Amino acid sequence: MFAKRLIDQETWDDLETALITGDFGIDVTDEIVADLRAKVARYNTTDPKDLQRMLREALEERFSKLDSTLKLSERPAVVLVVGVNGVGKTTTIGKFAKFLRNYDRSVVIGAADTFRAAAVEQVATWAERAGAQIVRPQQEGQDPASVAFQTVDFAKRNGIEIVIIDTAGRLQTKGGLMDELTKIRRVVEKQAPVSEVLLVLDATTGQNGLAQAEAFIEHAGVTGLVLTKLDGSAKAGFVLAVQEKTGIPIKLIGQGEGINDLTGFTPHVFVQNLIG
Amino acid sequence: MATFGNLSDRLADTFRNLRTKGKLSPADVDGTVREIRRALLDADVALDVVKDFTGKVRERALGDEVNKALNPAQQVVQIVNEELIAILGGEARRINFAKKPPTIIMLAGLQGAGKTTLAGKLAKWLAKDNHTPLLVAADLQRPNAVQQLQVVGSQAGVAVYAPEPGNGVGNPVKVARDSIKWAVDKQYDVVIVDTAGRLGVDADMMKQAADIRKAVQPDEVLFVIDAMIGQDAVATAKAFQEGVDFTGVVLTKLDGDARGGAALSVASVTGRPIIFASTGESLDDFEPFYPDRMASRILDLGDILTLIEQAQGAFDEEEAAKVAEKFRTDTFTLEDFLGQMQQLRGAGSIKKMIGMLPGMGAMKEQLNNFDEREIVRTEAIIQSMTKAERQNPKLLNGSRRVRIARGSGMTVTDVNQLVQRFEQAAKMMKTVARGGVPQIPGMGPVPGAGFGGGRGKQLPPKKKGSKSGNPAKRAVENAAIASGEKLPAGGAAASAGASGSKGSGFGLGGSNGRPEGAPSEQELESLQKFLRR
Repeated sequence: MFAKRLIDQETWDDLETALITGDFGIDVTDEIVADLRAKVARYNTTDPKDLQRMLREALEERFSKLDSTLKLSERPAVVLVVGVNGVGKTTTIGKFAKFLRNYDRSVVIGAADTFRAAAVEQVATWAERAGAQIVRPQQEGQDPASVAFQTVDFAKRNGIEIVIIDTAGRLQTKGGLMDELTKIRRVVEKQAPVSEVLLVLDATTGQNGLAQAEAFIEHAGVTGLVLTKLDGSAKAGFVLAVQEKTGIPIKLIGQGEGINDLTGFTPHVFVQNLIG
Repeated sequence: MATFGNLSDRLADTFRNLRTKGKLSPADVDGTVREIRRALLDADVALDVVKDFTGKVRERALGDEVNKALNPAQQVVQIVNEELIAILGGEARRINFAKKPPTIIMLAGLQGAGKTTLAGKLAKWLAKDNHTPLLVAADLQRPNAVQQLQVVGSQAGVAVYAPEPGNGVGNPVKVARDSIKWAVDKQYDVVIVDTAGRLGVDADMMKQAADIRKAVQPDEVLFVIDAMIGQDAVATAKAFQEGVDFTGVVLTKLDGDARGGAALSVASVTGRPIIFASTGESLDDFEPFYPDRMASRILDLGDILTLIEQAQGAFDEEEAAKVAEKFRTDTFTLEDFLGQMQQLRGAGSIKKMIGMLPGMGAMKEQLNNFDEREIVRTEAIIQSMTKAERQNPKLLNGSRRVRIARGSGMTVTDVNQLVQRFEQAAKMMKTVARGGVPQIPGMGPVPGAGFGGGRGKQLPPKKKGSKSGNPAKRAVENAAIASGEKLPAGGAAASAGASGSKGSGFGLGGSNGRPEGAPSEQELESLQKFLRR
């Protein structure tokens, strides 16, 4: 797209196509294209290289408006991990626990996904790999809020620095399940303030990502986004709209099934991957 | 998708200034196609598919097919809907069972698409149909996927073949191959192979999937895809088609609020049918896929499609022609009138129907004033007549009228008014049908389609003839009406007059409960005017 000699109509069409197929959504795409057209006119340039640079700058600026550092200064720092089914919450928790262990923080994971078959075993395997402790439900189908409570309680008694609570995946349209999240949060807060609520979003998601974010913000008070499966072919442009419309920053990026495939969010790198 | 208005509203906006045009001009169509494009992109349909699709819609919308019962916006919506269904496949395909059991079904897809859960659902569904399914744990990658399948299997009450512990231990190709022998030995008639989730760009894992496919020679390879997936659906679907050449698609997590444009992308790009839809976390939330439901979901068109169906049902062209013939030969009776009215009512609540129309917001107040029971009352009066009376209203003397009023719970005045109006209208229609111009006193502006509650005292029944000042043109247009043909929208809109004019839309009574016995074709025309708005 940017390899041509001059900016012409084809360049603009290609740009639009690239943004739409990157899941930015039609509204954001129109915005960006209009903005760049204005800039190209203002600077009176015809060089596609300039356009590419302006695009990168525009995206980087928009992505870096929010502060993406994790706030884990409380002791214990409680992190709640939420999201719809199959986005990679449990895998993210495993990787996140390892990430924290690398900095020599003590970590306990609360296996509060008591709904899905073998979810507790799955998170236990990750805990073992990461070298974190785990609090399991005492019986099958136990109320997830009570598992969360016991985990925080365990952390306080044993002086563990960081608590990560796994929750069952739930679609944002299920009112009852969303209320359950509110309850988990309320119950945890009786013991310790919740430091971070991380919403895990799948990079392959399309425009539904925004609806997911809005619902989880309302019910669980999300404080940060985690973008997973970025090692695939999906570009996850929808997070720009999510970040801008909700004011919640992206904090972590998952890029594979290995335990070390989790990094912090860097707008520069992210945009680089997005537009090359 | 709460933040984006739905397509019906947007189309209503696009067509607000189209009232007086019968046929769509290229400019109108372009505007509409743009909206459809946005709607499809909002629904996550892949861009290439959207381009193809809007091209086809544009072509058809500019073509000659004009359904007379629909207004231009609805025509476009209908074309869109038909095209959507065409891509999604006319009807749901079923699983192809092997002639010689076991039937082997392999599941493949991205991580977190819902393969393992789906394996359980499919097994349970098959078990209900007296099959003996065997679940095969060939996902040895994800931690505890094997245990998950075992739990799901016990919930579904089916057997699970899991010789390897998983978590990276064991060879999935070998497990899959061995499972077939096992199934033959133990006489399971369906084998469902659950594989690990993999990315389309992961060459090693795709090769492994292809190896599993080669090893088990499945009768069906189902590509499991999350309904929430975005533009990446195309790349992923293509990668899986090349990798494992799936034979069918399963759409999961349809219980969320994603529009599921991926369904369209995948079906269109790969040409493979969508066989099942998964709609919840319980093992029973599983059903065959219905293309038509998906089509309306993608465009968020539920209401408007229902309306189109209803309108088409109500406006039976043949019926309309028959009525016109009756006008001409002076054999239109109260009975025909009743029949017409019931046909109209068959379309459901008129108020509801109009409420469903896009752009009817401005009409709300008038709509609230319109008393639907007027139709019921008129019906009651006619139904209280004997057959002879209905066919020949001249029979109606004083005592018959008293009887009818008592029978229908109305007053004699009401009955009188109905009969009077019916006769007046029938006479007028006859004149029109014969090509003449009815002599109606006080013929002011032709009453429009508004639901005036407080209409004037003695407004004459509506004239259905042409307004044209040119006698020749008038005759032609009148003849067109007479022959039962519906006016093109332009003509209808012209005769509809301003929407603000206070006429009774259905030729039925105003606020004083006075039923107006206008012929029913007039009613049909009136309703049509609404539909053409």
